[in-house]
Amino acid sequence: MSEALTLKAGSNLEKVLSAGDFAVTGECGPPKSADGSVIEKKAKMLAGYVDAVNVTDNQTAVVRVSSMASAYLAQQSGVEAVMQMTCRDRNRLAMQADILGASALGVKNILCLTGDHIGFGNHPQAKGVHDMDSISLIRMYKDMRDEKRFQSGEEMDVAPQLYIGCAENPFGDPFEFRALRLKKKVVAGADFVQTQCIFNVPKFKRWMEEVRALGLHQEIKILAGITPIKSAGMANYMKKFVPGMDVPQEIIDRIAGKEKGEAQQAEGKKLAVEMIKELAEVEGVSGIHIMAVEWEAAVPEIVEAAGLMPRPAIA
Amino acid sequence: MITAERKPFDEIYAMTEGHDKVLVAGCDTCVAICLTGGEKEAEILASEISIKAKEEGRELTVEHTAAIRQCEWEYLDMIADEVDQAPLVLSMGCGIGIQSMAEKFAPKQVMPAVNTNMLGMPQEHAVWLERCAACGECVIGETAGICPVVRCSKSLMNGPCGGSHAGLCEVVGPEGEETECAWALIWERLKAQGREELMFANRPPKNWSKSSSGGPRKMVREEAKPT
Repeated sequence: MSEALTLKAGSNLEKVLSAGDFAVTGECGPPKSADGSVIEKKAKMLAGYVDAVNVTDNQTAVVRVSSMASAYLAQQSGVEAVMQMTCRDRNRLAMQADILGASALGVKNILCLTGDHIGFGNHPQAKGVHDMDSISLIRMYKDMRDEKRFQSGEEMDVAPQLYIGCAENPFGDPFEFRALRLKKKVVAGADFVQTQCIFNVPKFKRWMEEVRALGLHQEIKILAGITPIKSAGMANYMKKFVPGMDVPQEIIDRIAGKEKGEAQQAEGKKLAVEMIKELAEVEGVSGIHIMAVEWEAAVPEIVEAAGLMPRPAIA
Repeated sequence: MITAERKPFDEIYAMTEGHDKVLVAGCDTCVAICLTGGEKEAEILASEISIKAKEEGRELTVEHTAAIRQCEWEYLDMIADEVDQAPLVLSMGCGIGIQSMAEKFAPKQVMPAVNTNMLGMPQEHAVWLERCAACGECVIGETAGICPVVRCSKSLMNGPCGGSHAGLCEVVGPEGEETECAWALIWERLKAQGREELMFANRPPKNWSKSSSGGPRKMVREEAKPT
């Protein structure tokens, strides 16, 4: 592969995207206990169907197995990890220490996030750190990788080899700043972006128009976020309570139009497949990020039905 | 100004246990303006404690006073006699005033009758909003006069997070009250100023060593020292 010389981390995800293949990533939420077998089970479920799997970092500010340990366990179970890292729980010392440790354990993909506010989680009395924001976190990791420098400017001997990701929410406000915010992340050094779950496809397309107008689709790999809907109740919950979600009423009505249970689940999977096919056609979309929250078992079927199998086997 | 809220009465009353005389000391500066700890509020609290003690058949003398400013030695001299006569002082000054009293009159026991909560301003009558974190390195010249350190729930320095919606922050208050998204405000005001490009540049991480992370701060003005 001629790209080999220019790869930044040499991760499977980076290779797939660099080769111009349409990438598929999944997501695995670590458990709220010391049971590592949960991660192994979820990882094995997704292995072979995704190019890499995100392991979340105390998602929604709820304590879980750390993303570093989960990333390691997922990779031991046969699927490459994208380790999520939020600025909410760590200062710059901890964020650098953890990336050195993760890198030493073989983690190559990192996703830089601000993190849901601490007030949403199960320890609302804790002190939210927010020493840095996600944009300066991206820059810090890029400088560690490319300049072999810590944030302080001090040098290191062995740099972590990282494929640096970020998130963006096309449905956040002010809408006119959202593509510009992605540009800030590109300038900071992000290699790929996974978007917030897309339910409002027309709005996502409007955002992509702005992204293309800024030429960002040529500078960063864009993975469109999808969440298969398991029930009308879940769709309603996301619409009302999950920050930054835009769930159009017609989507909820479509799922609610089916019988509760298996019929709604089948419709949710069908909708996810339709959306993947539509999003894959959008100019500048390089892959799909499937966030099947506590429904990892649905992913293989969705990936198959979307015509995304087999996944590229890249050495 | 510095704002504070009175502690729950039961918590304050419990502080008087074991004493037969207390002095409630107000402060006529910031905490008076926010209607929490001025002379009038000190008098009210003293009466409440007195009534409760009487109801319990307890011998408790409750006096009240107020300093013009509890946070300056000179003004504390003016109430020194009253403080001397009370074995326990319940201060209604802010955290600075309470500590000044405790230091000036050490080892006398000075207890806080208020919770100091913020550097804020009255947005409307009887509503105060936080405006400053005293972070030691002001950036609001580049953020249209709106502080992202204290008005953004995550102290972001590079624009709104994904939770900004219709001008509101994803974080709601304990009573479900909505908060404006600081970065949405900054964006709109910078646009009105024709300076929105200030939000395009990547701002480096903040230097928190100038804030409380650097340890207790000290300011010395050599030129202002008496010669």
